[in-house]
Amino acid sequence: MSLDLTRVRFARAGRLIIDDVDCTVPAGALSALVGPNGAGKSTLLHLIAAIERTDGGAIDFDGASLAALRRRDRARIVAVAEQQSDTELDLSVHDVVMLGRTPHLGALAGPSPADRVIVRGSLTATGVGDLEERRFSSLSGGERQRVVLARALAQQPGLLLADEPTNHLDIRAQLSALALLAELARGGITVLAALHDLGHAAAYADHVIVLAAGRVVAAGRPSEVLAPELIQRVYGVRAAVLAHPLTGRPLLAFADTSDASPPSPAATLPSEGNRSAV
Amino acid sequence: MAGTIEAEASVGRMPLRAVPTAVWAGVLGVLLVASVIISVTIGPAALSPADVLSSVLSHLGIGRSSLSPLRDGIVWELRMPRVLTAAAVGAGLALSGAIMQAVTRNPLADPYLLGLSSGASVGAVVVVVLGWTIVLPLAAFAGALAALAVTLTLAGAVSRITPTRTVLAGLAVSSVFGAVTSLIIFWSATGDSYREILNWLLGSLAGARWPAVAIAGGALVVFGIPLLGSARSLDAFAFGDASAAALGVNVDRTRWLLLGGVALLTGAMVSVSGAIGFVGLILPHAVRLITGPGHRALLPLSALAGAIFLVWADTGARTLFDPRELPVGILTALVGGPVFALLLLRSRRLS
Repeated sequence: MSLDLTRVRFARAGRLIIDDVDCTVPAGALSALVGPNGAGKSTLLHLIAAIERTDGGAIDFDGASLAALRRRDRARIVAVAEQQSDTELDLSVHDVVMLGRTPHLGALAGPSPADRVIVRGSLTATGVGDLEERRFSSLSGGERQRVVLARALAQQPGLLLADEPTNHLDIRAQLSALALLAELARGGITVLAALHDLGHAAAYADHVIVLAAGRVVAAGRPSEVLAPELIQRVYGVRAAVLAHPLTGRPLLAFADTSDASPPSPAATLPSEGNRSAV
Repeated sequence: MAGTIEAEASVGRMPLRAVPTAVWAGVLGVLLVASVIISVTIGPAALSPADVLSSVLSHLGIGRSSLSPLRDGIVWELRMPRVLTAAAVGAGLALSGAIMQAVTRNPLADPYLLGLSSGASVGAVVVVVLGWTIVLPLAAFAGALAALAVTLTLAGAVSRITPTRTVLAGLAVSSVFGAVTSLIIFWSATGDSYREILNWLLGSLAGARWPAVAIAGGALVVFGIPLLGSARSLDAFAFGDASAAALGVNVDRTRWLLLGGVALLTGAMVSVSGAIGFVGLILPHAVRLITGPGHRALLPLSALAGAIFLVWADTGARTLFDPRELPVGILTALVGGPVFALLLLRSRRLS
């Protein structure tokens, strides 16, 4: 069940934000959508979920057009985990995840025992089964992210879209959120996550799609796509690809272009700022 | 250490909301019927609940009234329609308020947010000044719809309609229509008409007879019942528009339908009672404290609680300073203001 985008376009106020995007998001894999700020990552996710309407092109999942479906039917196939989800309402974690059952419920009928089982299962799958009775507002950022993912799972989707799932999380919560997405993908869900951090894409994604100024500039395996030349071209920074000493996956190191000379050994303090390794 | 974590966890735990909605609805339903009967007995002419029942049953064609024609008239022609109008208006305003708070995602929203009451006031004041009070409900309703049309046009003019734009457009329209009302009063109101206008602006059920019951009750059935069916969509708005859309809700259509439905319902209520304040703001918050924010419980229970509240508020308005009558809007504001302040102090999350 792969997701296929063909010449997808989207303009707002006369400006082309998504410009003839062609790409395939492979089935049952974790795909990372990366690109600089303003490249159109969130917009592309919104177009796939039909939160915004495209100005042209086709978006097909499992060979069928998503745009042709009724909203409710589409919401049973595509789920979105928004970044920084928050609500002013005093909702319990159970309430929040039950919202994921919305496209499966009638207008008046209450949730059935089967819906409650699915809610509990979604919370267990995201590792927060013990939080069901808690107030959503009392949770930490990492816990909230998992609950929002559980809400998306409660929709029982074939395609999961995650917008910056690691935003504002501490390093442990970031890595565990990514590991969870990879695990869901192995479980058969097609996962597309917009990621800021190229290092996360290199470390966790099976497939990387690079977006710049609304266009796909590269797509493929992380080890093939995330090369120094491409990173230089898209982000305007120098990069080196190393092997991660703990996992063996690609490890990226960056430096800005002004820093032309190699650092002297005495100056390699981690607090230098313009160099970071992930 | 473990103790701290456990304490934190219990602070975050939800209060028990184990009582099912149906039980609450049953309790409030019984309370409402009892409130209607008891409040009809209260007043200068002493009546018992049995008198009230006997009169009502006789008018429904069951048995004969044991009351004298005069006392029967007090029950059936004066007090009963007024109490029933109070119940319908209270239910409609509380339901409208609950929906407005959800649609605008603003806890301070009330049914008059879209400029409805100020629009209705212009209509009402114009006909009172002209001496055509017979068409007052119609004029008030037309004024409310005119204000709504301006607000929604303003809110949706440049791009799609959003909660913030709706609130701001409503503020602008309210202030202009409010100024027009003041101007008309300042220019041409005298003695009697001034008193009548003030009565109406503050909200009063003093003149409510069976036609008022028909208008308010009819609007409650025609607009209120379909609005109850929007609970699931309203729940889906908890995390914002994009999230609701991702859950399969047609965000734009739903918002237009709900704003339109609330406006028609509120417009009908305002046309019979004037702009009674605080019912639509406070009652949903009070019910939310008990049931939590789920709209499948909140909407019907707010309507029932609003009905009970306004029945008693109006009973107070017509009896507390007997023989003088207080506009009920003064009483709801007098009670509602402090209650609202209390809610604000109690609820850290409203900040």
